[in-house]
Amino acid sequence: MAPTPNAVPVDPESLLVDRLRQGEDAAFEELVREHSPRMLAVARRFLSSEDDVRDAVQEAFISAFKSIQNFEGNARLSTWLHRIVVNASLMKLRRRRRKPEESIEDLLPQFSEDAHRVNPAFEWDGRQDADLERSEDRDFVRQAIERLPDTYRNVLLLRDIEELNTEETARILGVSENAVKIRLHRARQALRTLLLPRFGVPEHPPDASGDAPNDEGSR
Amino acid sequence: MKCRELLEFLMQYLEDELPPEERDSFERHMRDCPPCANYIQSYRAVRAMGRKALCCEGDAVPADVPEDLIQAILRARQEGRAG
Ligand SMILES: [Zn+2]
Repeated sequence: MAPTPNAVPVDPESLLVDRLRQGEDAAFEELVREHSPRMLAVARRFLSSEDDVRDAVQEAFISAFKSIQNFEGNARLSTWLHRIVVNASLMKLRRRRRKPEESIEDLLPQFSEDAHRVNPAFEWDGRQDADLERSEDRDFVRQAIERLPDTYRNVLLLRDIEELNTEETARILGVSENAVKIRLHRARQALRTLLLPRFGVPEHPPDASGDAPNDEGSR
Repeated sequence: MKCRELLEFLMQYLEDELPPEERDSFERHMRDCPPCANYIQSYRAVRAMGRKALCCEGDAVPADVPEDLIQAILRARQEGRAG
């Protein structure tokens, strides 16, 4: 190993990257052992069949291995692999997905004739916003996301979790940008419906004195 | 603007895409309608919770990976090289 003049501490990850670039078998195995748990978890978000999950992770590692020369030293390996396994999962999904869109209507807000919502039953109490300190709460949120129909869940994952923009999401899923916007809005509303019984409080019964404004003058 | 319309404009509102006039009308409605204000608060919170649950999912990562999967990946790489 070449001595470094000022004894700059060498990042173990960059050592691993060097070994990968040289095609060292043991380095590849290390990479697979270290990163496959997380990659399985990510692929499972998108794919329901365990066979597909395994295929996606395998394809992701193979494609990572082929493109290790393009890996930029200043990125994290985990971030890079994450993006690769998301792509591999989506590719699988696209081949699989020719199912009709499932219904999400039951999870959307319902309106009465006068356009006031009639189904809230719970409201947000505004305190626990995003803290999710307890792992049971995080589990609950993950399970709620899993319950969303595929077409909606995938848009939510790509836009809100992977933070892709509307255009990229539309391209990856092969749908229009407008469809992405509509599905995202519905997915968030549906997720809210699923989370509210746990994180909300029972709604106040509406006052007799007209609790919501109509179109204009309630001032 | 009615509650139902508020929901329709919500995305554009959050993306800052509403023309000023509609934006004003949106914000006026939010001020005057506690259920809608609460709805929007929850909508934002839900988005943040999803992110939190999945981005920091240390606890959802499986502890160990089936050895046969690891072996299959290592084999696939060998075959890819040979072929
Ligand atoms: Zn309202």
